Amino acid sequence: MAGKVVTITSGKGGVGKTTITANLGAALASRGQRVVCIDADIGLRNLDVVLGLENRIVYDLVDVVEGRCRLRQAMIRDKRIEGLALIPAAQTRDKTAVSPSDMVRLCEELRQEQDWVLIDSPAGIERGFRNAIAPADMVLVVTNPEVSAVRDADRIIGIVEAEEKGPAQLIINRIDPEKVQRGDMITTEDIVELLAIHLIGIIPEDDNVIVSTNRGTPIVLDGRSKAGKALRNIAGRLLGEEIPLMDLGRQDGFFSQLGRLFSGGGR
Amino acid sequence: MGGFMDRLTGKSRKSAYQAKERLQLVLIHDRTNLSQSVLETMKDEIIEVISRHIDIAPDEVRIEINKDGRQQRLIADIPIRGPKRRG
Repeated sequence: MAGKVVTITSGKGGVGKTTITANLGAALASRGQRVVCIDADIGLRNLDVVLGLENRIVYDLVDVVEGRCRLRQAMIRDKRIEGLALIPAAQTRDKTAVSPSDMVRLCEELRQEQDWVLIDSPAGIERGFRNAIAPADMVLVVTNPEVSAVRDADRIIGIVEAEEKGPAQLIINRIDPEKVQRGDMITTEDIVELLAIHLIGIIPEDDNVIVSTNRGTPIVLDGRSKAGKALRNIAGRLLGEEIPLMDLGRQDGFFSQLGRLFSGGGR
Repeated sequence: MGGFMDRLTGKSRKSAYQAKERLQLVLIHDRTNLSQSVLETMKDEIIEVISRHIDIAPDEVRIEINKDGRQQRLIADIPIRGPKRRG
């Protein structure tokens, strides 16, 4: 069976697309899947450093598209995680070096031998984003619980729908349960109501993420990290498993607040 | 327990609530590309056209955009003044 092409995008920059792509790749590969991650952010590559593979780059996406190397030569195999590979973006070119039809052709070839092709989209709604969604079977839109990120996610969801790549699925990243509880962070329920799309995962704010990024080691390999668990859950859902959304410890509904008041605790 | 009532009733003043309210408006605007002033103009024009045919109450006309999932719906509520209006 041919592999599935999943694009991770967001509109707004800095919401966690690259970290999520790297970790879904690592989580799927550690479940025995064959996975290739493509960095589609030409000129601003980062998936290589998040995966800790930056020292092994010889060829990149543009080299493949322009025929300077074979596809296999541009695929960097992760030695820690069997089945995981990366196709890095070019750093010295711009997004016009690749076209949406190049991406479609490349992914057609990749899906013959992979179970999953994960594409890390650049921020914005221009060429790089169009390249990233062109070959997608499924689009995951990442947002944060803040006004600008939710607004941009809504724009992206609309474009994905117009391009007939929808319905997109939502990942809410960097939820801080204490801020939600205080009423200073918009709730998961409110974001889902506003954006009106299916929620495939929520990821809590987690200090371990910066540590794992510093080291170039995927957080999903850290058994104790909450963010790592949330990402493994999303990978499981991609594999068709029914996994309930993570309980982030604090509920924000009226009745649970009331319950807490009368039980006298903040737990 | 000074914060008791605040915690029960204070939700409307919390910043998260404002974020949601502001997003509701901004998303409708982004999705439809309709500003409040265009809506007002449309309302005046609708009143004009309908008034040519039936007697309506212009001050009670309401035009608004409702959200239904990812679909937007333009809702017009136009009370008709009947000829045998009682009261």
